[in-house]
Amino acid sequence: MKILVCISNVPDTTSKINFTDGDTKFDTNGVQFIINPNDEFGLTRAMWFKEKQNAVVHIATVGGANVEPTMRKALAIGADEAIRVNAEPTDGFFVAEQLASIIKDGSYDLIIAGRESIDYNGGMVPGIIASILDLNFVNTCIQLDIEGTNATAMREIDGGKEKIATTLPVIIGGQKGLVEESDLRIPNMRGIMMARQKKLTVIEPITATKATKDNTFEKPAAKGAVKLVGTVEELIDLLHNEAKAI
Amino acid sequence: MSVLVYTESENGKFKKSAFEVASYAHEVAQKMGTTATAISFNASENESLGAYGISKVLNITSDQLKTFNAKAFADAIEQAASKESAKVIILSSSADTKYLAPLLAGHLKAGYIPNVIAAPESTNPFTVKRTAFSNKSFAFSEITTDIKIVGVSNNSFGIIENKSSTTVEDFSPTLSEKDFTTKSVEIDKVVGKATIADADVVVSGGRGLKGPENWGLIEELADVLGAATACSKPVSDLGWRPHGEHVGQTGKPVASNLYIAIGISGAIQHLAGVSSSKVKVVINSDPEAPFFKAADYGIVGDAFEVVPKLIEKLKEFKAQNA
Ligand SMILES: Cc1cc2nc3c(=O)[nH]c(=O)nc-3n(C[C@H](O)[C@H](O)[C@H](O)COP(=O)(O)OP(=O)(O)OC[C@H]3O[C@@H](n4cnc5c(N)ncnc54)[C@H](O)[C@@H]3O)c2cc1C
Ligand SMILES: Nc1ncnc2c1ncn2[C@@H]1O[C@H](COP(=O)(O)O)[C@@H](O)[C@H]1O
Repeated sequence: MKILVCISNVPDTTSKINFTDGDTKFDTNGVQFIINPNDEFGLTRAMWFKEKQNAVVHIATVGGANVEPTMRKALAIGADEAIRVNAEPTDGFFVAEQLASIIKDGSYDLIIAGRESIDYNGGMVPGIIASILDLNFVNTCIQLDIEGTNATAMREIDGGKEKIATTLPVIIGGQKGLVEESDLRIPNMRGIMMARQKKLTVIEPITATKATKDNTFEKPAAKGAVKLVGTVEELIDLLHNEAKAI
Repeated sequence: MSVLVYTESENGKFKKSAFEVASYAHEVAQKMGTTATAISFNASENESLGAYGISKVLNITSDQLKTFNAKAFADAIEQAASKESAKVIILSSSADTKYLAPLLAGHLKAGYIPNVIAAPESTNPFTVKRTAFSNKSFAFSEITTDIKIVGVSNNSFGIIENKSSTTVEDFSPTLSEKDFTTKSVEIDKVVGKATIADADVVVSGGRGLKGPENWGLIEELADVLGAATACSKPVSDLGWRPHGEHVGQTGKPVASNLYIAIGISGAIQHLAGVSSSKVKVVINSDPEAPFFKAADYGIVGDAFEVVPKLIEKLKEFKAQNA
């Protein structure tokens, strides 16, 4: 089985979000970048496929040279090989077309992406890839098993979950549940050393569609102070008469 | 050249979000000088969409489409879009629509912007305001393709009445086996209870509740309020509550009218996921808990004392205001 894990390079979850250039660009100053959490669950699930089902695991990221530390981390966790498409990932459609082109050439059986990137929250890259390449697709995937060419997946739905049966090749939009938080791996020294030797191929982007652009950003208005109340009666009264929330 | 909106239903009945996206579609259609057409699957009472400014409904009646299937639904919506020569397609932000939206976008080569919280700033160029960075900011995003897909956040635009006369047409998309290569085997879903995705009120518990055995409190409070239950991430990591209830930056987003956080400290990753809720209440024994900075109302106190009282008084309140 040949697996591609799509890894998005995102600001750490504790990052303060600021903008520069007249609120047109995300300010990366002092920001630590990490593997998108949804992708980290997927990567760990891929490691299990590697260990238990002899899968070969590649990773791919669309981004400038600045994303390589994040890719090296994924290699240190255990991915075998990495591909970087040398382009700014400014638009979900554009990113999906770049990755689709890698997937087509690499004949992967399973493509693991995340439900969404926690920065621009597009939630679209795996689905667009699926439609471009006509792959089977399971979104918000919280469990995945593969036997031969059959895949059984669990997907989260509003208020519950749904079991889905499909066949390879398949692409998923994954999230927590694929593996648990406690299953996530921290790269060890040996992994980090080995990662330095692993192949990281840089390719130039194909000409692709740009469908959207973020013109400007805005930070939420500062919030007024909390109203502290002493009794539940007061709270109910405020919620009813002031906030009109009950 | 109309605006097409996918109005979701469940067991034939429109979801609340269907009326919100219908209202949104009407607003966009007005701005563009055209009309709004809805597409529905196995819905009854299609005429009811007329109250929100929908002038035509394409209703699909099909046994094959009784259960949601992203590929087949996307395919059907694509065919409806082409029949109506729709240039703008409006969707909700349910798990199902977020599943089909990128498939539709890919097929139509259409730009798709999810998490949109207001009517378009302008329709030419087509720009919308949406949340980004997991609710830590907003972006003004432009869709540059010929066809545009907008995913509207729940509870953001609101349901707005606009009476118009509505015609309902039967619509039969041409589907093939290829639309059904992913099959639903089993659905495990709580019925009759509000879900985080569409509840008006969400009651959420954190590690301050000490253990799963104390969740009766959360559930009872939720029952009184007709609310959905949720939790912080460690609570689901510890297995006290199911994954589906974890809210926050890496969990589910909450966009309810009222969010009540009990025994939750208010870590930045938690707040990111709940900041779209209109009114936030925190109950926490530690007056220094960061959640107090993000909340509208707060009680400093022990959840095990405050919540039972709150339940009791809310029951009285409900009895009086029924
Ligand atoms: C990559 C990453 C992603 C994350 N994503 C998320 C996410 O999406 N969602 C999320 O929630 N977290 C997320 N977290 C975790 C987050 O950082 C916090 O650890 C978490 O939100 C804390 O949960 P908590 O408030 O339940 O627990 P704690 O921080 O332990 O807080 C418990 C609170 O309960 C109060 N308390 C204790 N006893 C009582 C009592 N008797 N009555 C009333 N109050 C009481 C305490 O004062 C305290 O404030 C993420 C972390 C990381 C690193
Ligand atoms: N620049 C990128 N490079 C590689 N994969 C990406 C990139 N952007 C997004 N993805 C993948 O697509 C998923 C969904 O991303 P998005 O559509 O941006 O929310 C992510 O979790 C990744 O798996």
